[in-house]
Amino acid sequence: MGVKPPSSNFSKLIPYLLLLPTLMYLLFFVGYPIVYAVKLAFTSESGSLTLSNFRSLTSDMYFWEALKYTFLLAGVIIPLQAALALGVSLLLYRGFKGANLCLYVFLIPLTISDVAAALIWYNMLTGSGYLNKVLLKLGLISQPIHFFGYAYRSMEAVAIVVTEVWRATAIVFVILFAGLQMIGRDYIEAADVFGASTWQKIRYVILPMLKPSFQSAIIIRTLFAMQVFAVVWILAGRDIPVLAGEAYYWQSDVRNPHIAACYALLVAVISIALGWMYLKLFKPRYLEEGR
Amino acid sequence: MYRWQQALTRIALYAAAVMVSAWVLTPIALIFISAFAVPEDYYDVGKVIPTEFTLENIRVLLFELREWRTTLNSIAVALLTIAVSFTLGLPASYSLARYVFPGRDGFKLLILSLRMFPLMVLGVPLAELYIRLGLSDTILGVALAHASLALPFVVLITYSIFVSIPVEYEEAAMVFGLTRAEAFFKITLPMALPGLAAAAMFTFVISWNEVFVASILTLMRRTLPADILVTVLTAPDPYKFAAAFIMVMPAITFVFIARRYLVTMWGISLR
Repeated sequence: MGVKPPSSNFSKLIPYLLLLPTLMYLLFFVGYPIVYAVKLAFTSESGSLTLSNFRSLTSDMYFWEALKYTFLLAGVIIPLQAALALGVSLLLYRGFKGANLCLYVFLIPLTISDVAAALIWYNMLTGSGYLNKVLLKLGLISQPIHFFGYAYRSMEAVAIVVTEVWRATAIVFVILFAGLQMIGRDYIEAADVFGASTWQKIRYVILPMLKPSFQSAIIIRTLFAMQVFAVVWILAGRDIPVLAGEAYYWQSDVRNPHIAACYALLVAVISIALGWMYLKLFKPRYLEEGR
Repeated sequence: MYRWQQALTRIALYAAAVMVSAWVLTPIALIFISAFAVPEDYYDVGKVIPTEFTLENIRVLLFELREWRTTLNSIAVALLTIAVSFTLGLPASYSLARYVFPGRDGFKLLILSLRMFPLMVLGVPLAELYIRLGLSDTILGVALAHASLALPFVVLITYSIFVSIPVEYEEAAMVFGLTRAEAFFKITLPMALPGLAAAAMFTFVISWNEVFVASILTLMRRTLPADILVTVLTAPDPYKFAAAFIMVMPAITFVFIARRYLVTMWGISLR
């Protein structure tokens, strides 16, 4: 690929000069802030080196709750999304008249922000929301189900799970669907020749070949889950603390950037670990594809 | 397979497709209804679907809660984000698409991994840095942060657009005496335009939807989602629904216009 570069020294530099602005920008807006976050986390208000930020972090009940809920929510939400996304991608892969329309519809939530998605489900679930109205009308309940408020914390968690599944399943779906489309139809046809049932085709042909896409979808989705913020903040506030929510709270409400930086770093460390796993698993494939 | 079996399969497929579509579309349809319903109808538990509609919720939200300003801020931030990330990103993606050079794979890996870097990690230190740089509470400050979020996506998406345009066209133009830059601006760029437009919309949506950094970096000049997070949450419910409607509109429009590019773009940005 590419035009043969003329042999002058300047020409050899051209590709690097073209990359330079992006590199500089990322260095300043990603690299430098990370260094600065480390500095904030390990210094006190007066600027001296200290571990006291981490000490006050770990003695804060909210920190452990936030850690717990971030992983707990991820642990509940991601399997649901994986199952739903797999189902929908198999459905669309099977193909039928109007499958494309269904595909576009299923992608809509990808463009909807977490703020809007939270409000959309708040609209559904309030005391006079549509879910309660329908259930009351059908006579299935006699009192509205409460989803919001500290007293109904477990229901707030349900609302968060529903919203996240609604909003972000499409992320998993896009990756799985792209993976499915790379499986050659000839494999399926071969299975057909040997008289495999639909279930056998899914179990012994499609699923094994989909495994790399599945892994990558789960890792990416987990990365996003570590940053879950607006949906939780809008639907539950600090009733259900999460890591990003605590970072926001300490930065915006308490105005203590040192503690906020500790949270930011923690999320960064978790993300880098996950990202490293991801690259370890998929680096060869990327370079092969020339992406 | 027997005919009745085929018919059953077909019915099952369509039932599943309808259920999936309803799962996605119902909440969106209902937020549209709530945004325009008179509050009495929404709060009337006996009335499942509101029947009386008004523009009052939107009017109060935009002009009394003065969200028209935050909406304009959001648009300005998104446009600036596109400008910055495209100015920086297009040369980089063109370089990756057209040149072979040592370090190319390394750069690609860097971009691929940065794409997944959590922006929230940058919010806190940037807020402190901005105080020193005089960028705190500015549209430009938020846009610069959003550009660092969007840049990896812009590079990867526009890279795949440039790769899809045969280099032979540029070579032919150069044979006829155009310089490399002229060949790019007169041949490649016009051909890439539809894809670039879709990529720009994608970038717009990234910035328009981002809330964490926007709310940490601003105080008075908030973007729409940042202001929803802080002020609108304390407002009565109908205004929240109106706010959600305004937030969702550009996104839905985008899906409609750029639907041809959607799967490819998200495929690139996520895989």
